[in-house]
Amino acid sequence: MNTAARPIKLACRNVWKVYGRRPAYYFDSRGYIIDPDALAERLRAEAHLPAVVDASFEVATGEIFVIMGLSGSGKSTLVRCLSRLVEPSAGEIVLDGRNLLAASGKELIELRRHAMGMVFQNFGLLPHLNVLGNVAFPLKIQGKPAKEREARAREMIALVGLEGREASFPHQLSGGQQQRVGIARSLAVGPELWFLDEPFSALDPLIRKQMQDEFLRLQRMLKKTIIFITHDIAEAFRLADRLAIMRAGKIVQIGRPADIVLNPADDYVAQFTEDMPLLRVITAGDIATPANGALLPERSVVADTSLEALIPQLAAGATAFTVSGVGDSPPAVLDASAVLAVLEREQARRKNS
Amino acid sequence: MTAPAAAFRPSSRFVVEPALLPWCGLAVLTALCLLLKTELPWLVNFPKQWTLPLATYINAVTDIVVAVIQPAFRALSALLDAPMRGARLALAWLPWPAVMLAIAALALKSGGERLAIFALATLAYILLAGYWPQSMNTLALVLLAVPISTVLGFLLGFLGYARPRWRPVLLGALDLMQTVPAFAYLIPLLLLFGFGPVVGLIASAIYATPPMVRNTMLGLDRVPAAISEAGLMSGCTRRQQFWQVEVPTALPQLLVGFNQTTMAALSMVIVAAIIGGFEDIGWEVLSSMRKAEFGQSILSGLVIALLAILIDRLTIGFAKAPETGPTPAMRWMTPRRLALSLAGALALAVVIRLAAPDAALLPETGLRTQMGAVNQWLLALVRDYAWFFNGVRNAVLYCLLLPMRVGIAGSATPAMWGFTLPFSVLAAYLVLVLALAVLALRGFGWRGALAVLAAGLVLYTGFLDLPWPAFILAVALLAGQVAGPRLGFFALVGFGLILVNGLWPQLVQSLYLCTLAVLLCLLIGGALGTWAAHSDRVSHILKPICDALQTMPQFVFLIPALMFFKVGEFTALIAIMLYAIVPPIRYVEHGLRHVRPDVVEAVEQMGATPMQTLLQAKLPLALPVVMLGLNQTIMAALSMLAIAALVGTRDLGQAVYVALGKADAGMGLIAGLSIAFLAILADRLIQAGVSGRADEVS
Repeated sequence: MNTAARPIKLACRNVWKVYGRRPAYYFDSRGYIIDPDALAERLRAEAHLPAVVDASFEVATGEIFVIMGLSGSGKSTLVRCLSRLVEPSAGEIVLDGRNLLAASGKELIELRRHAMGMVFQNFGLLPHLNVLGNVAFPLKIQGKPAKEREARAREMIALVGLEGREASFPHQLSGGQQQRVGIARSLAVGPELWFLDEPFSALDPLIRKQMQDEFLRLQRMLKKTIIFITHDIAEAFRLADRLAIMRAGKIVQIGRPADIVLNPADDYVAQFTEDMPLLRVITAGDIATPANGALLPERSVVADTSLEALIPQLAAGATAFTVSGVGDSPPAVLDASAVLAVLEREQARRKNS
Repeated sequence: MTAPAAAFRPSSRFVVEPALLPWCGLAVLTALCLLLKTELPWLVNFPKQWTLPLATYINAVTDIVVAVIQPAFRALSALLDAPMRGARLALAWLPWPAVMLAIAALALKSGGERLAIFALATLAYILLAGYWPQSMNTLALVLLAVPISTVLGFLLGFLGYARPRWRPVLLGALDLMQTVPAFAYLIPLLLLFGFGPVVGLIASAIYATPPMVRNTMLGLDRVPAAISEAGLMSGCTRRQQFWQVEVPTALPQLLVGFNQTTMAALSMVIVAAIIGGFEDIGWEVLSSMRKAEFGQSILSGLVIALLAILIDRLTIGFAKAPETGPTPAMRWMTPRRLALSLAGALALAVVIRLAAPDAALLPETGLRTQMGAVNQWLLALVRDYAWFFNGVRNAVLYCLLLPMRVGIAGSATPAMWGFTLPFSVLAAYLVLVLALAVLALRGFGWRGALAVLAAGLVLYTGFLDLPWPAFILAVALLAGQVAGPRLGFFALVGFGLILVNGLWPQLVQSLYLCTLAVLLCLLIGGALGTWAAHSDRVSHILKPICDALQTMPQFVFLIPALMFFKVGEFTALIAIMLYAIVPPIRYVEHGLRHVRPDVVEAVEQMGATPMQTLLQAKLPLALPVVMLGLNQTIMAALSMLAIAALVGTRDLGQAVYVALGKADAGMGLIAGLSIAFLAILADRLIQAGVSGRADEVS
């Protein structure tokens, strides 16, 4: 997908989060460039824990930005810095052109009430409220009248497919259902920015797959700007428009899924992604070449079709495709030989591993 | 491979650890003390002329301070007197059918039809036994003490939650409030507030507040991060976050605190009856015991026990839903229907009072007035079976109590055992202890050997004849090595203060009584707990008994002990054990039942017999839990000391009780603080031991 065309919703610049006795000491001077790796090294040597090291990225409106890393890599801390549930030690977070870190307590509450929604790994449902009460809770906090918030909550409950369970309490629901409540609650105020912190990690694999489908369906309808945290690489590649890979607090690579499998930034990323099947990750748009006025092939596919999905057609004798739908750019051409090249590369990877 | 090789040093037994050195020095000191004790008797008996009249100073200061601040407290007393009078009048005005209806409705909501039936039976029993007005007076005090303690406890708990820096101070204060026996602060309270039921109210508020504080902090601390973050992300203000997210989430824990606070208040209201002056059920028990009217004491003791169980079940039912979900009866009793029932009860009360404004509406003659025959029968029973009761008492007295108190050396005299031990037997004893010590050295290292030697010494000299310098240094050294130098210093200062206040003999008496009670409780309770862990049937039988024992106010345990065994140390031992035996049963069963199943499976798969599995896998794994049970047992035994003083002991509890009788505020406080010191020291020692062990395991 072409992200450059869309406005930046959220930007994160050189964000640090350091735990320890005196984190501020390391960031009090301005105006000179710090070497992140050297500083992180020094912090560790001086009994401080750099949980997030110099994180910088931009998220475009309507994009699904996935942050992936193993447990302890700092991804959950980073997403909490973005919502200021955790106060960053240094850096800048810009939301819609405003510096979030300069917002006062009152402004922050207003932002959380209207501009952000968040889903938690362990659901975070209030045990004393039923489904309706939980979903309506953010509206109640804002002081909305009972009738209005109930109507809105019912709408959200219908959206996540939980009609009929409005009067149930969280402990009476399955994990998947509880997370549906969490999703409905986070969407109740209609936020534009949506944080999901390992939302499906606590669920069974089968339910997880269902919830991912559900999530993609919702996103096609709602077109939120999404920061999605996960440690599950398959999930990350499945959902992401772009993804960032974190290791020991540092973002080691940011890119589209295809970029990352085709050009891993280092051995760590390569090792990390070596089991992802290339044909499934790479889409037609990723390897199509501009038509440059040449004759367009008869068969046509949309840009985000995975190569895997093209195989039946190739087997049936197709030699080239017209690829459409890459933003406003003109149609491109995908030659069967390009798909075969990817296949060959996949085979080489299998042999090496 | 290097690490295991290093751990497997064959010569490690011969390496002297630095921690062992001070113990060697101490052993030399102990031997010196023992050798010199005939020449220097002050090594065993702390001389009177060395004591400091601290109690007199405290009394002098108290007199001055009380004179200054008394008016304010008397005013507070007058202020509290009004609602108390109101509560008593209101409960006296309520006719019993209305009370029954209201309680039954509440019980139906809280615990279903079974609890409702139990509630009705309890109230009917109170009515028939003839203790209705006394019970209502007790309830009036509880009804006032509970809101005071709950609100105060919630506020303090919030303080501890929001200001973690203040927490250590707060926790220290809570420890004192829970471990200083109430008898110790009844005198200052009497001086401040004047004679009357208000003192009972204040005492129970002091004693009943800590559980609420602890549970409030626990509940708020344990709000899951996801829930509080969800609240913040919903845009809660600080106030909204607290009242709409944190408090509701912590509510089950707060209700547990409410339950414990209520039980503590009830227990203390009954104990406070000792100052007398108001017609309540605790006074009934006490006065009937003093008059040796055992029929009445059983009747009134049963009222207390049933009332305690009822209040406990009623309040805990609101905190925890049953595991199988609410019963149909509980679901039928909606809040609306509950409100209607309560209103109905009030209406019924008004109607009855309009119809019969002055009638007491109580049965003319309660059971209590017809107990003469029962009293005769009970006395006759005890007299007829005196050979049995006395036999048991003397057997335990001569075989267990005396050797612990005065040691084998003191017991083996013509006056005690009727014979003296020849030198050869003593030599054999010495060899036996040494042999056991060598075995312990092989099995458990030098710490085990040291423990065996210490036990052998105590058994020989008895607690009373232990040289105090050696004893104090040993405990301080142990505390220092287990829990750090601060606790060692604490032990040193605490024992030093007890010494200079001339309370050493009472301290030793307390130590020996508590040690014996705790050991017996561990032995019997541990065996029962182990049995219960392996048999569901035993567990089902023991559970309600433990529940009942644990909810009963301490006072009640004196009745059976006193009835069968008369006044004396053995009676005190029985009463202490009745109260302190529940924790070992519970914790041993819980510990054994919740041992990690994969470890047990692995051990069984290796072909271990059930006994091997128990001794070599389950018990070591359950040890931290069992140690917590030991901690609870010690706390229970120490807290029972002051109560057991009523049946005649010579320990710190007795010192508190005597001070209460003489209105000696200073001595009461010092002796009470001494008990609290022992409790806190034991608690910290065991906690440090458990956490040290947990560190080793993990």
